[in-house]
Formats: sequence, structure tokens, C-alpha cells
Amino acid sequence: MGAGHAHRLYRHGESPVHTLPPHTKLAAAFLFVLVVVSTPREAMWAFGAYAVLLAAVAERARVPAGFLLRRLLIEVPFVAFAVLLPFVAEGARVHVLGLSLSVEGLWGAWNVLAKGTLGVAASVLLAATTELRQLLLGLERLKLPPLLVQIASFMLRYGDVITDEMRRMRIARASRGFEARGVRHWGVLAKSAGALFIRSYERGERVHLAMVSRGYAGSMPVIEEATASPAQWRLALALPCSALVVCLSGWTL
Amino acid sequence: MHVPDGFIDAPTSAVTGAVAAGALAVSLRGARRELGGERTAPLAGLVAAFIFAVQMLNFPVAAGTSGHLLGGALAAILVGPCTGVLCVSVVLLMQGVLFADGGLTALGVNITDMALVTTVVSYAVFRALLAVLPTGRRSVTAASFVAALVSVPAAACAFTLIYAIGGTTDVSIGKVASAMIGVHVLIGLGEAVITALTVGAVIAVRPDLVHGARGLRRRLRLRVDGRLIDAPVPPVLPAAAPASRRKVWATGLVASLVLAGFVSFYASANPDGLEKVAHDKGIDTKAEKHASAGSPLADYGVRDVSDARLSGGLAGVIGVGVTVVAGSAVFWAVRRRRDTDVSPVSHGL
Amino acid sequence: MDPVSTTAASLEVSGLAFAYPDGHQALFGVDFTIGRGERVALLGPNGAGKTTLVLHLNGILGGGAGAVTVAGLPVDKRHMATVRQKVGIVFQDPDDQLFMPTVREDVAFGPAAAGLKGAALEERVRHALDRVGMGDFADRPPHHLSFGQRRRVAVATVLAMEPEILVLDEPSSNLDPASRRELADILRSLDVTVLMVTHDLPYALELCPRSLILSDGVIAADGPTADLLSDEELMRAHRLELPFGFDPRVTKLTKKDG
Repeated sequence: MGAGHAHRLYRHGESPVHTLPPHTKLAAAFLFVLVVVSTPREAMWAFGAYAVLLAAVAERARVPAGFLLRRLLIEVPFVAFAVLLPFVAEGARVHVLGLSLSVEGLWGAWNVLAKGTLGVAASVLLAATTELRQLLLGLERLKLPPLLVQIASFMLRYGDVITDEMRRMRIARASRGFEARGVRHWGVLAKSAGALFIRSYERGERVHLAMVSRGYAGSMPVIEEATASPAQWRLALALPCSALVVCLSGWTL
Repeated sequence: MHVPDGFIDAPTSAVTGAVAAGALAVSLRGARRELGGERTAPLAGLVAAFIFAVQMLNFPVAAGTSGHLLGGALAAILVGPCTGVLCVSVVLLMQGVLFADGGLTALGVNITDMALVTTVVSYAVFRALLAVLPTGRRSVTAASFVAALVSVPAAACAFTLIYAIGGTTDVSIGKVASAMIGVHVLIGLGEAVITALTVGAVIAVRPDLVHGARGLRRRLRLRVDGRLIDAPVPPVLPAAAPASRRKVWATGLVASLVLAGFVSFYASANPDGLEKVAHDKGIDTKAEKHASAGSPLADYGVRDVSDARLSGGLAGVIGVGVTVVAGSAVFWAVRRRRDTDVSPVSHGL
Repeated sequence: MDPVSTTAASLEVSGLAFAYPDGHQALFGVDFTIGRGERVALLGPNGAGKTTLVLHLNGILGGGAGAVTVAGLPVDKRHMATVRQKVGIVFQDPDDQLFMPTVREDVAFGPAAAGLKGAALEERVRHALDRVGMGDFADRPPHHLSFGQRRRVAVATVLAMEPEILVLDEPSSNLDPASRRELADILRSLDVTVLMVTHDLPYALELCPRSLILSDGVIAADGPTADLLSDEELMRAHRLELPFGFDPRVTKLTKKDG
């Protein structure tokens, strides 16, 4: 799961989805996924309807299908898990091509795949249409503790800086003919990790000094605030609301 | 492993969400204490960035495969349990929101599992070991090793427990446990080696930065007129002692709870001990067995869905309860013994 | 440029001594005064106590002997907020200084912490960025800028607080010659008092008419930069070395002409 974290998902654009205030989008994505998760798995058509809803959002956000599908690859480990489910789950069994499969397991696999995929797709759409900074503002607006948002904001600001330091250390190791090939070399790598921690911590102390020097006294000044009009809220919540209709009919039909 | 949406049912996700929110609220306050007030935001932010980066550092195992650090134990030992929980949680939150890694509704599950359980368990184990082992750098490294070793299967156990309560597919809990724990004991071994080596590397250079090694700090000595004198000890806040004792208790309780889960589920892995307990207690009255020939997993049999889950859950709760009592007793005993020999370590807790 | 010494001095340091909690003593009684509008270089070998001194100027370090006053205001608990607004420190690594997600927010941080809001804040940020020629980069994240650009934004973050005195820690380090010249032009165009901590002696000569040499925790010399740099014995005694082929006397003459 490591390598996937490095790339950013944001795609610059001016679409109506891009310009929505971040907290409305966060709320919409979260509620949508919540509705999806609460849908009975037997209502297969409902998941089709959700996919259509997301496709409509992607269309309005001008996020190309190829981009969205490529980003869905992050899910692959769970596809593997889902494939296993029919073999290991309990319950009545059916025989397909000489394999004994659990009915419960098949439903479970479908459930995990459908809901997981829709969840990832919703998150990818959110990340693709919302800038980093905006996401943080949105989280703050949604009443996450300010300290938590600050920590997240420092983490994102310095994530690249620290990763870069790590890369330079690797190059420095390689230039001296060192290449980690097995467990024997873990000591050297761990020393790098330790050095990285010390550098990170010391940088944290220097950042604090720089903040204090500019008048920081424990709370971040409010510089930018995300605000949303009722119309923007209506537009953003259109997605989870239509999903809710689908979900409710899934339960009743 | 980041749990996606749809893996755990909605009510359980909501409950774990509440647990995660509570844990975050506690750690936000605790982190201020560990890092020192207004320094919290930049320092915790940089530590989170470090965890984020170090998760990308690949440790080659053999023939093209490699592992990487999860970082819960490392964070707890380096910066303290509260800051550790906070930093790993922030990393998970950002991975979920920015990289679609881990479902939005599964955030509670992921934070409880990977941030809370790993950090708290490893720190409790670490502290307990340090109390027993002789004072010294080597003990810190050894304790880090064991703490990290236990933390990963503990997270696997916590996941199994969550899955037992709110899993969307009915898989025998014994099977989930054996698969999860089996794999994670191996992962834990790697985690343990890397964590111990990394903690050792930091201690060698900046022992003052290792939260878990604060007891090691020597008295500061100043050279005045050619003689060495002890520096004045900074006064300890009078309010700190009862608070730290409460925290010790809370940590101990949570740890024994989690360890209890660990032990009971581990026991359940071979002959499905939990279900056996349930059976002995007559809980799974409706359970029936019929082998399905041809399946490689035939001998696991088939049971009624809701009752099996209920039985597993109940047995788990009973097991956890018993172990909590036992664990608390042990902890109480250790605590008393340490109280009698005026230990300076309690300031570091 | 002549020092415009009018009312209270921008910075007054008297008898400043300080030891770190680990017992290491860094300052042993530092005295100097910088008049309003002066540009002064603080020279000295590694470990002379330059950074320790700088951190005393806005009260991050303190508790030792002696006093620091900024524009007549003593640096103590009561005046801390005002002092930190008046003393703008530009740290050596711009990555430490630029901690906010975008350039605009970073420049706004100081004035916003002081209570400025809305249009006035906007105007302050725009003005500060324009002064360092970075007006078009307001919405960029800092880590997407070049090193020279980051250093300039770091200067802007401090200018936005409209400080009485600008303190720069190694402003020319890691800059390519073009960025170095651009920064010099910017610093010359500012009408604030400047204290520049540096190893870059030609840069000090180019920008600062007056220099202080801090060595072993005391001010070892105070005078016109060209005179100090020409005094070979003094330079050697304090481990200061001019770059090969650089003659301060020649440079001084050409400067006077230009």
C-alpha cells in the first residue's frame, strides 16, 4: 500500500463540481457512501443506480472515465480478498464448474466489491475535484477539532519535504555503493529512518520558532473561510439525496 | 491494510467511529501534554509527515518482496502514546480523504484498529517491560522490539473482533482470526525488527527525543569553578502525579482488554475455541454440522448465521471479561510493587 | 546610504549573556546599537553565538543577563506581541519559515495573528508580495517554488508584518548568483533597518555599510564593513576568510564610483 500514497489525485478544472465549497462536497461524499453501505446487498439494481449517479457527477466534473478507472486500482488487494470469500464463508453451497462455493460468500464478495468500489469511486471524485487546501478548510468547517486540522495541514505541507529528504538519503546511500537487498541491510535503513525522525522533529521545532516569531500564540489565525450558499448545499446534497431514494426503494421493493 | 467501505456494517462502523472520535479527543489533550502546549501542532504535524514518509521506506525481505513500517509502535515509543495515536490517525484520515485509501465510512474502523490499538498496546507492553527490565538503552531497544511485535497481531485481533461484531459476510471467526493473526505475526516480526533498530538509532544520537526513554536521562551536571555539580531539578507539577496514575490505570485496562482479545482469539484459532466455549455453554443450540464434500474447507461445517455470530461474540465478551479481571490484578500487583520502591519512572508516564 | 539616526535606535543590546539549559554558555556580554534605517552585517565564525543572539532579539530565548530593546521597547513578557511584530526574522531554511499551505496564507499569517482582517489583510499581503516581486505566486503552494523564490517569499512573510527591523539569517546561502543579486536588489529597495547574519563577506560588503564581528560570544569588532574586511589580522583572528581573488579595497572604490 506504500507506493500509492505518493501521487496526488487532484485534477485542475473549473466545473460546477470543482467550484462547490469543500465542506458541502465532503458532506455529500460521506453521506453518499453511508447510504451505499446501508443498502441491502440483494438490491443489485440499486448499486447500478449508484454507479450511474457517480458517473453523472464525473461527467459534470469532467473527470474522464479512464482516469477514474485507473484510480480504482487502489482497490485491488480487496478484490483478491473478495475472490476468496466464496471459498471460505459459511452457509449453503452451490457448485459451479466443480467448485463448491458458499452462497453467503458469493453475496459477501458481491457486497464488498460493490460497496467498496462505489466508496473508492466517490472518494476519488472528491479528491479529483477538490484542492488539498480546500479539503482542509472543508474539514475545519465540518467542525473537526482545529488542532487536528492543523496537524493534518502541517503533515501535508511537510510530507513532500520529508519524503524528499528520504530520497536524498537513499541517493547518498546508493552513491556510496550501498543497495539494500535483504534483511541484512535493515540496520542501515533503520539508521536512515532514525535520522529522518530526528530531522523531522528538529524541523518541527524550527517551524515552531518561525511561527512564534510571527506572533503565534497557540491558535492559528483565521485567514480563509469556506462559506456555502443554500443553493450550493442543495446542489451538493442532490447526490446523497437521490442515493437515499434509491436506498429506500431498495429496502422496500 | 486499510479497510474499504462495505466491509463492516453501518452500525458497527458508527460505533467504531464514536470510539475513534473519543480516542482522538483524549489524545488531542494528551498530545498537548506530551509535546508542550503550543508546540503541539507543528511537532505532531512533522511527526505525522515522518510516519507518512517512513511508511514508504521499503525494507527488502528477499527475492523482490519487501515490507514497510506501519509505524504505530514506533510513534508511541518515540513521541508518546497520545501523540502517536494522533499522528497515525491523521495519516489515516488524509489517506482516506486524499488518496481514497480506506473507505470514508470505514475511517472509524481503520483509526480504532491501526492507530488506537497498535499504539496503546505497544506502549503498554513497552512500559510494562521497561518496569521489569534493568534500566539501560539495551532494555529500551528490547522493549521496543516486543512492543512492536505484539502491536501488529493485536491490531489483527482488534480487526477480528470488529469483524465478528459487524462483518458483512459470515466467515467463521476462527478462520478470520487464524488468517489475520497468522499473517500479522509475520508482519509483526518485521515491524518489530525495524522499530527496534530505528528506536536504537535515535537513542544513539538523541536519547532526549525518545519519549519512551525519558527515564534514562541523566542528571544534568554543570562545571562550576572546576567542580562538577548537579543542576537543579526542574520542579514537578504537583497535579501531575494523580493524573499520571489514572492514565497508567486506563492504559493498563485497555491493554489487558486488547490482550484478552488477543489471547482468546488466538486460542480460538486451532480448534475453534470460541465456538467450543459457546457450545459448552449451550449458546449455539441451533448450530448444526454437515460436511460439504469436495471443499478444501469442508470440516469447518455450516452453522446458522445469526446464532454463530452471537455465540462467537458472547464467548468473546466472556473471555475478554475474564482476562480483564486477571490482567487488572496483575497490573495492580506490579503497580503496587513499583510504588513501594520510589521509582522515578512514574514521572515519565 | 547614510544611516538615518533620528529618535530611538531600532535595536539596542546591552550586556547580553546567556547559557543554554545544558550548561553551554553562548553569549558573554554582548553590546551594540543599531540606528533606524541602518543596514548592518553580523559576521562571525560557526559557533560564535550568532543564532543564539538572533533568537534573543524577539524574545524566543531569554532569561540570561542583560537587556534587549527594540525601538525603545524592552523585550520582555509584557511587550512580547509588539516586539515580535517589530522584529521580523527570516530564518535560514525557507522551508521552516513557509509552513502554511499556500504563499498567500503564509504571508498573511503574521498580520492575521496580530488581528488584521479582510480587505486590509488582503492589501497587506499583496503589497508585501509585490515588494519581493512574487505577486503572481500568491496561490501557489510553497514547495512548488524554486529555492530563490521561497527565500523571497520568506522575506515577504516578514515584511507583511511591517517590522521595525528585518533580521536575516544567512540570506544568500544556497542561492544561485542571479537569485543572490535579485535578493540584494530587494533588500536595498526596502526602507527598514536590516541586520544580516552571514558568512558571505562580499554580500555583507555589497549591502551593509557597517559590520559587527561576533566571536566567542562577544562583539569583537564594530565598524565600516570595508575597513573590517581589509584588516587581515582581525579577520584571521576570528576565522573569517575572504573568497579567493576578492579584494574589499578595490570593491569599495568601484562601489563609491557607482
